[in-house]
Amino acid sequence: MNLEVLVFYLFASITVAAAVMVISARNPVHSVLFLILAFFNAAGLFLLCGAEFLAMILVIVYVGAVAVLFLFVVMMLDINFAELRQGFLQYLPIGGLIGVILLVELALVLGSWTILPSAGGVAAAQTPAIGDITNTDALGRILYTHYLLPFQLAGMILLVAMVGAIVLTLRARPGVRRQSISAQNARTKELAAELKKVSSGQGV
Amino acid sequence: MTAALSNDLVLAIPELILAIGAMALLLLGAFRGEGAAGLVNWAAVGVLALAAWATLAGTGEAPRLAFSRLFVVDDFARFMKLLVLLGAALTLPMARSFMARAGAERFEFGVLVLLATLGMLVMISANDLITLYVGLELQSLALYVLAAFLRDDAKSTEAGLKYFVLGALSSGMLLYGASLIYGFSGTTNFVDLAATLGHGDGTGPAIGVVVGIVFLSAGLAFKVSAVPFHMWTPDVYEGAPTPVTAFFAAAPKVAAMALFVRTMISPLGDLAPQWQQIIVFMAVASMLLGAFAAIGQSNLKRLLAYSSIGHVGYALVGLAAGGLQGVRGVLVYMAIYMVMTLGSFGCLLAMRRGGQMVERVDELGGLSRTNPMLAFVLAALMFSLAGIPPLAGFFAKYFVFVAAIDAGLVVLSVIGMLASVVSGFYYLRVVKVMYFDDAVGPLDRPIPLPVRLVVTASGLLTVLYFIVPAPLLVSAEAAAKSLMP
Amino acid sequence: MDALLKEYFPILVFIGIAGGLSIVMILASLVAGPQKPDPEKLSAYECGFDPFVDSRGRFDVRFYLVSILFIIFDLEVAFLFPWAVSLGDIGVFGFWSMMIFLGVLTVGFVYEWKKGALEWE
Repeated sequence: MNLEVLVFYLFASITVAAAVMVISARNPVHSVLFLILAFFNAAGLFLLCGAEFLAMILVIVYVGAVAVLFLFVVMMLDINFAELRQGFLQYLPIGGLIGVILLVELALVLGSWTILPSAGGVAAAQTPAIGDITNTDALGRILYTHYLLPFQLAGMILLVAMVGAIVLTLRARPGVRRQSISAQNARTKELAAELKKVSSGQGV
Repeated sequence: MTAALSNDLVLAIPELILAIGAMALLLLGAFRGEGAAGLVNWAAVGVLALAAWATLAGTGEAPRLAFSRLFVVDDFARFMKLLVLLGAALTLPMARSFMARAGAERFEFGVLVLLATLGMLVMISANDLITLYVGLELQSLALYVLAAFLRDDAKSTEAGLKYFVLGALSSGMLLYGASLIYGFSGTTNFVDLAATLGHGDGTGPAIGVVVGIVFLSAGLAFKVSAVPFHMWTPDVYEGAPTPVTAFFAAAPKVAAMALFVRTMISPLGDLAPQWQQIIVFMAVASMLLGAFAAIGQSNLKRLLAYSSIGHVGYALVGLAAGGLQGVRGVLVYMAIYMVMTLGSFGCLLAMRRGGQMVERVDELGGLSRTNPMLAFVLAALMFSLAGIPPLAGFFAKYFVFVAAIDAGLVVLSVIGMLASVVSGFYYLRVVKVMYFDDAVGPLDRPIPLPVRLVVTASGLLTVLYFIVPAPLLVSAEAAAKSLMP
Repeated sequence: MDALLKEYFPILVFIGIAGGLSIVMILASLVAGPQKPDPEKLSAYECGFDPFVDSRGRFDVRFYLVSILFIIFDLEVAFLFPWAVSLGDIGVFGFWSMMIFLGVLTVGFVYEWKKGALEWE
């Protein structure tokens, strides 16, 4: 038990520190790397809650894909980041104010944390105890049947993302010569070579 | 399971038609190449019409739940879905000639409109916070792409990016609110939420639920562009291609308003004292901002953007009033607003001078002499948007204000009427420029046929609505009734 | 709960060893290596020249397209894990549910392919 608490504080403090570094690092590439560190530690936190599926998804999708995309975008944009950061102090007061308001709200909410008494019957119905089945299994049992509609719509959202990415970025490049294997194979001797009978003394 | 599933699928036939249609057209376009743009566009209109026809089936029946109670089909949903489908089906043909001239005639446009419309239908029928969010995201994602559809145009790209960043922020707020509501009530289902939240022990709802509702309504307010979450609207409306702006002002606004009304009335109905003040504030702020901020606008698209913010304010008056009358007011308002706004944007699409779109108010000078018919329709629409009797816009305002007065919100309706008088100023300025200023020059001809048809139909509906107001009222009343517990 | 966490204990030990080892290596090179800083050591070597432009050149937008398409299919795969684990419980219904999901994404894949988004040049 004590180890668990220790590990929690380790992960939590590294997550917060890395998150602070994400917004304060001078080099945007370092920001992305700190973001990855924050993701890893958040994954550890999820694991401590028993949400192993979320933890692994965080590592696979966020670290493996999203953070890489961020790196691409940071490298793709031709922006002077030193200039971009100049507004940082200027907007700090209002940003800090919003942060404080959210913090106060969270404190208020947590302070009065009581699940409504009438909610008991509904909430207890669907979540099996963590010891009985694994988190991934529990998700799988309802995601594809009970939540069929949102699941299929998630597929449609991914489809829109594909179409959108292609619509906005794909350009036909002029002057690109592609290899067409079928056209190559379809060439016959008759198409490729022409026999000319040259009558002597007249040239071609 | 199978029997239940087939029952579910029958209820979701309009959505299925849209989903399958969109995918089929995507494949058709992919295999036929760019030349298929026109074909896909018309086919998409056909798909929308088919979905509208399927929506009508079962009208008048009691509300039915489907997909493990995640989805609800009632008359309210049918009414709003028909509006959304109509809005989408009318913008598609209008968009074609515009896109062709902008050199961006691509078949993905029709497919994205279909997918966005699918998201809107799901939003309207959402009976669970998860369905709500998924539908909203499907819609928004497609709309971000549509806003940036002219990808070589700096303004269009900027509009898409702004809409995306602010839209993502609002989705975050909505999710935060939804998670708080879930955390305190233990359910995301609207039916269960209504049951759980209704059982107060006399001390009122937990503060977490109230904070959750605030965030949820902030997210929803962004989607309907109500003040103070309106800041994206003028920029996005101005930057996006005009047909896309017409689509934005018509369909997603109706869908988001439907979602707003359903969320507030159905699961959170018993917490009306908590959310009513938020809605009243948003309504007042939107009406006033819509009235005053539009005065200084010289760009017609920006002007219509502020006008749409103001109109959302009036519609929210109906929601603030609540009850059968209030909801009926919102429904009638959204229907009439959609017809007017489609007509106004149709007029914008019809106006082109020397190959350039006419987008500034002063470029309208003397339109009454060069294009008397167009000037007349635009003038009628402007009078109607201002709410001058006997045009349709007057009735829309009348029903929400009557509902508000009956609900005891007299101050709110007085503010609304004053804002409406102020907003009359800039609508009438457009009319004045058209009729009394010097002529700038003739417009390009011919006006594309679909644009002409939409403008004519919208003008006729607006002017002649007062002759037969009953059908809209009756169906809106039936729709509102199906939402009431 | 504890049983679940015990399974991950080796990973924790592993992370601890990895972190510890890397810290030791960095510290060791700091302590053991000779530290004689000199500006010449940082300058371009002999016939080399100082860079003319910022090393952060613009990447082609096609990298971005490829990576976003990768993310989409990565997410699709993420949905497959719980499905594979629970397939025994959710039966035929769950199976076909996933098949439809994959079908939708296959439509997207065909579209990508035909549009040439997967080709580089």
